[in-house]
Amino acid sequence: MSLTPVIAQGGGFVRDRTGESSCVSENGFCPDWIWDNLDRYVTPTWEHLYLTVISVGLGFAIAVALGLLAHRRRWLVGPITWVTSVLYTIPSPAAFLLLLPLTGRGNVTAIVALTAYTQVIIFRNVVNGLANVPADAVDAATGMGMAPTQRLFRVEVPLAMPEILAGLRIAAATTVGLAAFAFLAGAGGLGKQIAAQITFRSNVVVAGGLATLMAAGLDLLVLGFQRAVTPWQRAAS
Amino acid sequence: MIVATVFSSFADAIDFILHEKESRAGTVRVGGLGEIGHLTGNHVLVCAVALLVACAVSLPLALWLGHLGRGQFLAVSTSNIGRAVPSLAIIAFFVAFFGSGFTNLCFALVLLAIPPILTNAYVGVRQVDRDLVDAGRGQGLSEAQIVRRIELPLALATIFAGIRISAVTVIATAIIAPYAGYDTLGTPIISFNVYGSAGQLGASIVVASLALAADAGFAAVQRLATPEGLKIAKRGQPRRFRLWPQSTRRVQIP
Repeated sequence: MSLTPVIAQGGGFVRDRTGESSCVSENGFCPDWIWDNLDRYVTPTWEHLYLTVISVGLGFAIAVALGLLAHRRRWLVGPITWVTSVLYTIPSPAAFLLLLPLTGRGNVTAIVALTAYTQVIIFRNVVNGLANVPADAVDAATGMGMAPTQRLFRVEVPLAMPEILAGLRIAAATTVGLAAFAFLAGAGGLGKQIAAQITFRSNVVVAGGLATLMAAGLDLLVLGFQRAVTPWQRAAS
Repeated sequence: MIVATVFSSFADAIDFILHEKESRAGTVRVGGLGEIGHLTGNHVLVCAVALLVACAVSLPLALWLGHLGRGQFLAVSTSNIGRAVPSLAIIAFFVAFFGSGFTNLCFALVLLAIPPILTNAYVGVRQVDRDLVDAGRGQGLSEAQIVRRIELPLALATIFAGIRISAVTVIATAIIAPYAGYDTLGTPIISFNVYGSAGQLGASIVVASLALAADAGFAAVQRLATPEGLKIAKRGQPRRFRLWPQSTRRVQIP
């Protein structure tokens, strides 16, 4: 019944078959094994979180900048939406590999692709959010003597915040899922862990569960942030 | 220099698609239009079956719930949960617990495809102007006729948006089908040792083209299915509709 934990070598995932319990050798769901081997999942989880946070952060900055630009110059909405939708249509595992000759194996490829995937979601929500700001509020701001930039950042962006952050939530959860394929580009993450032992139930449950928890956790985190920055929504409801 | 490397990688990949050659280990013949065609056929088959089943399950349910105005919680949480669980995890879960093979793979892909279709169809029906539904009722339409002749045509754009998202997700996820013991265009991508980088890149090009073609195909079907009157109305007004006007913006129409 003794379990011999094996240290992952070179980021790989080696499982020692000697001295395993029958549960593990039958690829079962083994709470004991999970408890003893939780430390294997620490590094992949951090890698996964790193890929997600960097990509979503970068993607959010780019998409918000594009959204603000397109809000001023409406004709840009069509072309940007088209380009980002086409990018989104390319299957993520294929996108990682299509980028390989250009960016090489590793995190850069994964981050470039994942950042591109966030664009369509966040950009659309920024543009819609700004377009849905009540015209009365914009008029009132102009009437109070605000310059266009002042009006944008003090009235329009705050009022569009719920929709912008809704886009961020969707992008974060989606990116956690897509980052599971990043192992194809040579970046680690929980996907590598899942794929390495896809028939081992304990492994699949823990790695898949951690990824799901990460998606749900990031979702709730942004939701909490949204509550904090839009206190008037609670007052109104 | 980089341009030359990139160019030669892609040239090798195109060559892999077009011409059969020896595998990296030199033991088998890989690539060529024959194998790529076979793998593409498999890929399309599993995706089409999964999408059809997902549509057959979720569209009637969503139209019915949307018509009754019930089950908003179901529609919203389906999409939230569907987004939180990574597609790789769903496939892995099925492989680990139910074994590999075409049927299990299909089940997993159906589960992946249902949330966007269900939620979008539900939201699409819900956002149909209630006055139109009342007008239909006043004209003597039965409830089934209201669904078929008023709500369905007006919700088509949103419904197709959902189907297109699911199609892309399913095509992308079918890349990892070889882990479930079914050969698709993912086989050259995953079996790097046999197919090499030209095979990986070649298959990626084909999968990406497949996804873009599927998306364009659904867009064309959507145009054909949309009644002429709605297209004219759409041209008339700059904003087609306001999605989800209340502050409940959890449901998103990507």
